[in-house]
Amino acid sequence: MTIETTFDRLTEEEKYEHFLNRIDAGEKIEPNDWMPDDYRQSLIRLISMHGISEIMGALPEKEWVPKAPSLHRKLAIMAKVQDEMGHGQLLLRVAEDLMEPLGKNREDIMQDLFSGRLKFHNVFHMKAPTWGDAGIIAWLVDGAAIISQSMMLNSSYGPYARALKRICAEEVFHAQHGESIIMALAEGTPEQRELLQDSLNRWWTALLMFFGPKAKENASTSHVDKNMRYKIREKTNEELRQEFFTKYVPRIWSLGLTIPDETIHFDEEQGLWVYQDPDWSEFKQIVTGNGPQSKERLELREVSYENNRWVREALNPTAKAI
Amino acid sequence: MTQDKALVELLYSLADDDFILAYRGSEWLGLAPHIEEDVAYSSINQDMMGHATRLYRILEELGEGKADEISHLRKPEQFRNAILLEERNGEGTYLEKPDFDWAFAVVRNYFYTVHKKIRMESLRKSSYEPLKDTALKVSIELQYHLMHWDMWFKQLMTSTDEAKRRMTSAIERCWIEMNGVLSLGPMADEMTSKGYVASEEDMREKWLTHMKKTFEEINAPFPKRLAMSKGNGRQGEHTEDLKTALQTLSEVYETNPTAGW
Ligand SMILES: [Fe+2]
Ligand SMILES: [Fe+2]
Repeated sequence: MTIETTFDRLTEEEKYEHFLNRIDAGEKIEPNDWMPDDYRQSLIRLISMHGISEIMGALPEKEWVPKAPSLHRKLAIMAKVQDEMGHGQLLLRVAEDLMEPLGKNREDIMQDLFSGRLKFHNVFHMKAPTWGDAGIIAWLVDGAAIISQSMMLNSSYGPYARALKRICAEEVFHAQHGESIIMALAEGTPEQRELLQDSLNRWWTALLMFFGPKAKENASTSHVDKNMRYKIREKTNEELRQEFFTKYVPRIWSLGLTIPDETIHFDEEQGLWVYQDPDWSEFKQIVTGNGPQSKERLELREVSYENNRWVREALNPTAKAI
Repeated sequence: MTQDKALVELLYSLADDDFILAYRGSEWLGLAPHIEEDVAYSSINQDMMGHATRLYRILEELGEGKADEISHLRKPEQFRNAILLEERNGEGTYLEKPDFDWAFAVVRNYFYTVHKKIRMESLRKSSYEPLKDTALKVSIELQYHLMHWDMWFKQLMTSTDEAKRRMTSAIERCWIEMNGVLSLGPMADEMTSKGYVASEEDMREKWLTHMKKTFEEINAPFPKRLAMSKGNGRQGEHTEDLKTALQTLSEVYETNPTAGW
């Protein structure tokens, strides 16, 4: 009680300093703790994008749930997509707590998604036309997600760090499920191998883009700097992409697959992977809702949201939203 | 074990019911009324797909062919599921402009799950050991499914006028096909006399009793006579909806059933 009243008497600058000291000491910030507005905004941006990406990410794979080519695969992909929805749910709840003092809720998140204000990961704007894509998504997109999420396991925001711990544990199973699909195709008939190679070709650029642009020339990287200062994240986009190469390029090659980038190699001198940079203007197009499948995916969400309006109203007849 | 036609038919009807309804449920994935429901519903569908898988494996052991083959490659007329369970979720498809009807999903699942529970209770006393074991495992998960649909059914039936109106028309629609679910098919007598499962009449009575209690509880008028309007799936009669469903379900597998997937 006394500590609280003392804290209340501090000036804004003193509160900010106290906050930074806590961050630097590796303390966890909890929802009801004092936090600067830009920290709150950064978290809302990051976590609602992450949450909605999990949910939008369920859509390309969902296309393959009924079509999965055996009972075993059907069960596995059902479980996987359910997990992704579960991740979305968990993360949106964390975001909702942060938005509450601003008078916003899940309805706002959904409306922001439909209006394009809230973006989701580039990979989920892509088409997934074959079963090979279901394998590549689970193996490499989830693999990439594990890498980018693991660096936030120590996030300064307690609820996010705890949610990520659970999510990362499940992501490992997803990547295994993907790897198992990939192995079956890689060891299968020539047609199956071709299916797999096609999918890899289709997804490679999107996978590079997944980690975001390299340098500061892009505005969104200033968020990266801030998030690193606030210890929300620990690594830069490029560091994550390099980790991805180190983990997956040798595995892809060992399956006898070809990476659709003739230049990619590990440069011993620099200790870095050298590769063909994707077209970042295309990336911008994709995440702003002009990707190959952006409209269709959003429409699917929007149509179902509208169709079920009567259900939400029935559950809560007095409230306008949710 | 010699080929026992009645047993095989019973197993197919049990497996196909779960297989097809789990498929219809999986089409809802990502489209449910809210995210929490998406997670819960997909967990139920997984359970049902798991139940179907167990039953197809029993059929495999009986020499009917590999579980993946019999689930993916039979012709529509070889399926023994009830017609109500194969019907589309609504207009559109799960990939394009899905105009799905949540009231229909709730009512169909609720009606089916109540029957499934009654059926499983009877199968726990089955003279056929593998069915007995399966029924025990299934019953544990089923408890949760029933709670889930019971809650949805009662909640929507006692809320806004629009919800009541939509639910009532879904009830009418399911009621006139429900006898297809309750039916054991042409070999019903043999299934019962061999002690595989309780009699159709007995299970129908139990289902009606359960429903009467539910309708009384929520103060809703009890629908008139049950029917089976579009045919009996237990003897291979089906609609176009099953045909398209099976095309989707086997689209990839069919490209090469002998390959490893
Ligand atoms: Fe996830
Ligand atoms: Fe995942």
